[in-house]
Amino acid sequence: MNPLPQRQVATAGTAEKPADPGQPVVPRPFAARKPEWQKYLLWGVPGVVIWWLVYRNLAPVSAWFTYSLFGLAKGSHLGAAMEFFIFESPKVLMLLTLVVFGVGIVRSFFTPERTRRILSGKRETTGNVLAALLGIVTPFCSCSAVPLFIGFVTTGVPLGVTFSFLVSAPMVNEVALVLLFGLFGWKVAALYLSTGLIIAIVSGWVIGRLKMERHVEEWVFKTQTGSGVEEEAHDWPARIRLGWEAVKDIVGRVWLYVLIGIGVGAGIHGYVPENFMASIMGKGAWWSVPLAVVIGVPMYSNAAGIIPIVQALLGKGAALGTVLAFMMSVIALSLPEAIILRKVLKPRLIATFFGVVALGIMLVGYLFNWIMS
Amino acid sequence: MKLQILGTGCAKCNALAMATEKAAQMLGLPYELEKVTDLQRIMSFGVMMTPALVVDGKVKVSGKVPSVDELKKLLA
Repeated sequence: MNPLPQRQVATAGTAEKPADPGQPVVPRPFAARKPEWQKYLLWGVPGVVIWWLVYRNLAPVSAWFTYSLFGLAKGSHLGAAMEFFIFESPKVLMLLTLVVFGVGIVRSFFTPERTRRILSGKRETTGNVLAALLGIVTPFCSCSAVPLFIGFVTTGVPLGVTFSFLVSAPMVNEVALVLLFGLFGWKVAALYLSTGLIIAIVSGWVIGRLKMERHVEEWVFKTQTGSGVEEEAHDWPARIRLGWEAVKDIVGRVWLYVLIGIGVGAGIHGYVPENFMASIMGKGAWWSVPLAVVIGVPMYSNAAGIIPIVQALLGKGAALGTVLAFMMSVIALSLPEAIILRKVLKPRLIATFFGVVALGIMLVGYLFNWIMS
Repeated sequence: MKLQILGTGCAKCNALAMATEKAAQMLGLPYELEKVTDLQRIMSFGVMMTPALVVDGKVKVSGKVPSVDELKKLLA
C-alpha cells in the first residue's frame, strides 16, 4: 500500500510536462513531502510495537525490580509502595504520551474560531450539548478563558452555551481521562466523561435560563471582535508534527506532577491502613460529599497531580462518589479562574457559575455513592 | 514592518515577543514592535487564544509560541 515509488518514477523520469520556458521548475509538493512520510513510517511502526511490548510487561518487571533487585519483602509497607510507584509511573506516562499524541492530531481539526462558528447563533439545548462536546476537542487553556469568553459572546454564542463550553473544556480533558483509565479502568473513565459532560450541559443551560446577561461587564458586549487568525490548512505530516508538539508541550509540563502524585499515592498505598478512609470519606458519612467539594473548589491542581492521590484514597475505603466529586471540583473550578473571570463577569454571575457547577458535582457524588452501595 | 504581540502579560507572551524580535533581527528587517495588553484592543483582532502575533495588521499566530525558524518563515 505504498504509493511512493510511483511518484518517485514520475519525478525522476521525463514524463512530466515540459515546464514553461522562463518559469522556474517548482518541485511537486508530493515529491517534496515524500521523505517526511517515509520517516514517519520508519519510526512510527516500530515505535508503536515497542510501546506495546513494554506496556504489556510493566507488571512483572516492576515486581522483579521491587522484590528481586531491591530485595524487599512481599507484603511489606515499603515493598507495596515501591511496586506501586515503579509500576504506575511508566504506565501512566506511556499512556499519556500515546493519548496526548492522538488528541493533538484530533485537535488540529478544531480551532476556537471553528468552534465559535459552529456554536454561533445555535439555540440553547442543542447549543449546550454541542458546546460541551466541542469543549473536549477544542484546544483550551484557562489562561485564555477571558478572550475566549469575549470572542464567543460577542459573535452570537448565547451566554449559557458559552458556559457549557467553559465548564467542559477544563474538566473533561485527555489528561484526566488517561489517568482515570490507567489507574481506575475504563468504567470510571467513562463515568467521569459522561457525568462531566452532563454537568457542563445542564449548568450551562441553567445559567442560560437565569438570563444573567446583565451580570456580564457592560464593555464586553460593546467590544468589536475581529475575524481572528487566518485558518491554516494542515496536511497530514503537519498534523503529525502538531501531535508531537502536543506531547512535548503537555507531557513536558505535567510529567513531574504525575510522578509527585504517584509518589504520594504510593505512600498512601503502602502505609495508610486498609479502610482508614472509610470513616472520613466513606459512603456512610453523608457530609463527606459537600466537604470534598468545599475543599476541592479553592484548590488548584491539574488532573495529573490529583488523580493518583485520589486513586490511593479509593483503595483505602473512600467512596467513589466522594472521590469523584473531590476530583471534579479541583479540576473544574478554581480560585485563580474566578479571579481571571472577574475581568468580564460581575461577582453575582461568578458566584452563580461556581454555585451551579458545584451543586452539579455534589449531585454526581451522591448519585455514585448511592449506586455503588 | 509593524509587529504586535497580543497578550495580557503572561510568560508565554514575553517568550513570543522575544522570539519574534530575534527572528526579525536575524532577517535584518526594519521593524517596530508593540506589546498590546489591553483586552479590548486584543479582541479587535478577534484573537481567542493568547499570545498572538500580528504582522502589519494581520493575525499570523494565535495561542502558541512558534520557534524562531518558524517565525522567520512567517516574517519573510
